[in-house]
Amino acid sequence: MDLKEKLISSFWAFENHQDEDTYLHNIRTEAIKTFENHGFPTKKEEAWKYTSLNSILKNDYSVFPKQENTIEYNDVKKYFIHDIDTYKIVFIDGKYASHLSQTTHDGMDICLMSSALSKPKYRILVENYFNKIAKKDSLTSLNTAFSNEGAYIHIPKNKMVAKPIQIIHFSTGNESATMLQPRNLIVVDENSHLQIIERHQSLTVNPVLTNSVTELYINKRAIVDYYKIQNDTLDASLIDNTYINQKQESICSVHTFSFGGKLTRNNLNFYQHGEGINSILKGVSIIGDKQHVDHNTLVHHTEPNCESHQDYKGVFGENSTGVFNGKIIVNKEAQKTNAFQSNKNILISDKATINTKPQLEIFADDVKCSHGCTIGQLDENALFYLRSRGIPEKEAKALLMYAFSNNVLNSVKIPEIKQRINKIIANKLGVNIGFDL
Amino acid sequence: MLKIKNLHASVEDKSILKGINLEIKPGEVHAIMGPNGSGKSTLASVIAGKEDYEVTDGDIFFEGQDINELATEERAHKGIFLSFQYPVEIPGVSVTNFMKTAINETRKAKGLEDMPAKDMLKLIREKAELLEIDRKFLSRSLNEGFSGGEKKRNEIFQMAMLEPKLAILDETDSGLDIDALRIVANGVNKLKSKDNAVLVITHYQRLLDYIVPDFVHVLYNGRIVKSGTKELAHELEEKGYDWIKEEVNA
Repeated sequence: MDLKEKLISSFWAFENHQDEDTYLHNIRTEAIKTFENHGFPTKKEEAWKYTSLNSILKNDYSVFPKQENTIEYNDVKKYFIHDIDTYKIVFIDGKYASHLSQTTHDGMDICLMSSALSKPKYRILVENYFNKIAKKDSLTSLNTAFSNEGAYIHIPKNKMVAKPIQIIHFSTGNESATMLQPRNLIVVDENSHLQIIERHQSLTVNPVLTNSVTELYINKRAIVDYYKIQNDTLDASLIDNTYINQKQESICSVHTFSFGGKLTRNNLNFYQHGEGINSILKGVSIIGDKQHVDHNTLVHHTEPNCESHQDYKGVFGENSTGVFNGKIIVNKEAQKTNAFQSNKNILISDKATINTKPQLEIFADDVKCSHGCTIGQLDENALFYLRSRGIPEKEAKALLMYAFSNNVLNSVKIPEIKQRINKIIANKLGVNIGFDL
Repeated sequence: MLKIKNLHASVEDKSILKGINLEIKPGEVHAIMGPNGSGKSTLASVIAGKEDYEVTDGDIFFEGQDINELATEERAHKGIFLSFQYPVEIPGVSVTNFMKTAINETRKAKGLEDMPAKDMLKLIREKAELLEIDRKFLSRSLNEGFSGGEKKRNEIFQMAMLEPKLAILDETDSGLDIDALRIVANGVNKLKSKDNAVLVITHYQRLLDYIVPDFVHVLYNGRIVKSGTKELAHELEEKGYDWIKEEVNA
């Protein structure tokens, strides 16, 4: 039985154990049918031309992982941003880990998807927002079919959430490969501010495949900063499907730091509905080995006077592969749109590959749109400059790669995240250059 | 200290240096002048070990050792410093952090421990004062958004921090106004001792009013075609380079 068949038969076993809930049952069964019809995406599809899932789909994943291990906080502390006070929603093998979490219902809901889906008091929100902006593509549908756990966050209006929220998924599978389908729903009402840090971390040498879906609704004048830290092991793969709906004058930034993992695919979709919206998409990828990172972005401008800024930097070593596929759609009504996109890459190995593909579909006539992509090597002259100061070649290259990706870090608003990313970069580049980058 | 014998160098098969002979002893200041395209900057880069240039013939000895096979950083560790004509911008790395890295990597190469943070700060403060550099300047990203004058002053600040045996100043005067020029020259002069040497590479005589050379060499078409004392620099300033070219071509 291949993975697709296994998932479908597991679904029916799973769905039969759920409570009688026609609303969700219908959504899930429709979703599994979509997945059944389309199957996993292949390279024949334009959006998957440069990313093949074949190598990660051949594992015999357990679809309903048992939580085999408990984790002590001290053993995993390093994966948290622990030097500041935060809310935490932590999962181990897809199950909520209360002893590692800090949730709240005090004036806002920072809690679990499983409660939101099952408790009547959340039903209106679920009916208004759950699975509304998520695409009905096969991977998202697969997640929808199995969706029962993840983070549920609802911030009512006029609320400055002082502490960032960390959403962390650990996997520990002892004996077999594990497949996870986390599902997050985040609703931020008018004028509220929220910061989120998301991380998926494998603690096992067995393969892990995470197919994550996040729906994020940002209402009028709300501000959301989302940080995705991807530094997983070489046996862990992540398909991240994030859908963001922005209303009038809201601001949303998503920073994606991709340093680890076997295969990482980021499907990041912004839908603007209202005027004066700003969407910010930033990314740094630094990979080597046989790693693969694919950023697939969409920004859809539908109304006038909005902005979007995309800035992705990539450093690719050894046999790694990078993909950037950035799509901007500007509807006819969306006059005075400012949409910018930049993708700059450095290949530091002859065997590394980058495929970069901007796609602009502009139907309005009074807009400013620009895109640019570059692929290059490290600047020899800059390298000579650093080495002439006594800095050895390896360290000099690391400094230049750091400098190259630095402007993406500048817009990170939480200093502790910036420090953490700098440390990961220094580690990744294998250098100790005498100061914390 | 530095002994260059019959040095030939080329870049991408284009021959640029065609037989340079030059000896610099401790305590001396040498100036190399010459028209554009004569090979001045190439000579500076070859001494510092830039890999784009291939030494096709001849030798470079530094303190008696043939350094031709040494990497750029190894030459730096031995005490060769090059002040760049066009310093490179390094976003996100402050002047202070850059100097910490450079100094500690040099110490590491010599088998020494990192310099204690307190000593480092003291050294930075001292040298910044010498070059009249504001404290705020040191926390800015290296060369990013610096004016031409600030870049050059920062180059000499780095030189002051690293205390090289041989400092090569490549067109350090270009882009400097008169005040900055004086500060830079003053810094170089204060760092001079009987144990170190300076090689000034310049198109104009202006800088040599402040950093007074013991010897002046004229580089033309990849060769040193004339050597003299500081009076030669004045002569070149007055008469230009045409008479040299005529002499050589005659």
